[in-house]
Amino acid sequence: MTSEHDILIVGAGPAGMAAAMQLAGLGLSPLVIDEQPMPGGQIWRASEGARPDAVRRALGPDYAQGAGRVAEFRNSGVDYLPGTRMWHLEPGFQVFMSRDGAAFSRSCRAVLLATGAQERPVPLPGWTLPGVMTVGAAQILLKTSAQIPDQPVWIAGSGPLPLLYIRQLLAVGGKVAGYLDTTPRGGAGRALPHAAAAWRGRGDLLKGLKWLRELRRAGLRWLRGVGDIRALGEERIEAVCYTTPDGQLHREPASVLLLHEGVVPSIHATLAMNCDHLWSDAQGCFVPQVDAWGMTSVEGLYLAGDGAGIAGAPAAEARGRIAALGIAQWLGHRLPEGAEPAARAALARALASRPVIDALYPPPDDDIADEAVVCRCEELTAGEIRAAARLHRGGPNQVKAYTRCGMGPCQGRQCGYSVNRLLAAEYGKSRAETGFFRIRPPLKPVRLGELAALQEGREAP
Amino acid sequence: MFRQLADSGSPSFLVYIDGSETVARPGDTVAAVLLRTAPGIARHTPVGETPRAPYCMMGVCFDCLATVDGETSVQTCLVEARPGMRIQRQKGKVRITP
Ligand code: FES
Repeated sequence: MTSEHDILIVGAGPAGMAAAMQLAGLGLSPLVIDEQPMPGGQIWRASEGARPDAVRRALGPDYAQGAGRVAEFRNSGVDYLPGTRMWHLEPGFQVFMSRDGAAFSRSCRAVLLATGAQERPVPLPGWTLPGVMTVGAAQILLKTSAQIPDQPVWIAGSGPLPLLYIRQLLAVGGKVAGYLDTTPRGGAGRALPHAAAAWRGRGDLLKGLKWLRELRRAGLRWLRGVGDIRALGEERIEAVCYTTPDGQLHREPASVLLLHEGVVPSIHATLAMNCDHLWSDAQGCFVPQVDAWGMTSVEGLYLAGDGAGIAGAPAAEARGRIAALGIAQWLGHRLPEGAEPAARAALARALASRPVIDALYPPPDDDIADEAVVCRCEELTAGEIRAAARLHRGGPNQVKAYTRCGMGPCQGRQCGYSVNRLLAAEYGKSRAETGFFRIRPPLKPVRLGELAALQEGREAP
Repeated sequence: MFRQLADSGSPSFLVYIDGSETVARPGDTVAAVLLRTAPGIARHTPVGETPRAPYCMMGVCFDCLATVDGETSVQTCLVEARPGMRIQRQKGKVRITP
């Protein structure tokens, strides 16, 4: 593989693959790097793999589509490095990566970040206990390993993903002890103002309604308006506690508890590059600002997919194609007739249902319990963060300096938004004004040995 | 805490978790194998020595860190299991592979 690439794409999910194939179609040759062992991103993770028929059926047509896309991507001849982590990005651009324990760097003229999203941290008491994980994590286990909880599982949170996973789990013979739905009441009222505009996205919404009917028919124990969820146990989760809207406190045995409170864009790379970000109230997260072609406020740095705002796989593919066209144009190439309008029409279609989904499932803003661990790496609780915030007034970076919150290996990926939420409440400021940690390289931990062996421009192993 | 559904016909192979033979299959991440092997944890933390299991399975929580073929603090949710792999659950502070 040569090191002659003008364009580097980070992430081989729907956006990264679509962008790469669009660029290849224009006669350009990007390099695609991805952390995962196989292309597809989280949504189409392991879609090439073998699996029992029941699991294939349960994962459904949207997932099956992924295998086709991944095959197209592999056949496109695009240079692709799996198992490769980007840990630093320098303006201009120099991209630093690690693969198989060796670090190397490449220079390129344009970078497209298609790094997607992560599930929003759900800091409740006991969420660090073994047996507690995210709904997305459980779904990944189903995709990669046909693996399900061996006991009836508790699911807590809000959003489309828990409903999708419950459906899939029931279809392969798994059991749900109960769904502790934290969605605030009044969803229909919140969604109504957006209904007319969502007409073009009615396909998505009808699919959602079909899931709800199916789950009701399946006799799912579905408790709505639940709050104060906590996981109890010593070496692992043994029980789950929660309150129902009537004020009753419940405690039930539990061996696995899955959490989900929506997804947020991965912003570590764009923060480290000092790109402009705006706070989104609708999605409860910072969103990097991009122009009509997906270019961030940093010249030549593009963004596509859920990293540019949560919108799902079809939108990610459309944004990937648009960013690819934008990059080609920016590098001085002429665009083929009709390519842009087609991609923009696909994006508009894919985005139509989003305002309704956002209104149905607003981000959580209840108080985080004092005893809940906020920083999983440094094991700091919300109470400790609040105390530090009172003692040393300032922002997330001051709290980080005083407490080490956000300094562990995850670099704030699991505590950043919780600290933002705690400080905003403590100081009576908006979430936007409160801000996020300053992100410095390396974006992912690198070993000293890897750094020492680093040769710029060295070939990837 | 987790079990694998009747297998897809793909051949299984062995890995070693803390020296014990454990069945793995193509496509399995090391974290997936850890989750279905009692007690279903990856490590005890260096800070409070509390037990942790893989939490996110997508590389953003670092709770799946374990020693794989001698390399310490590997994100096991990003690594596919391979025949003969030696996996050690980490206990508290570990000496870091330089
Ligand atoms: S399980 Fe979260 S990083 Fe591996």
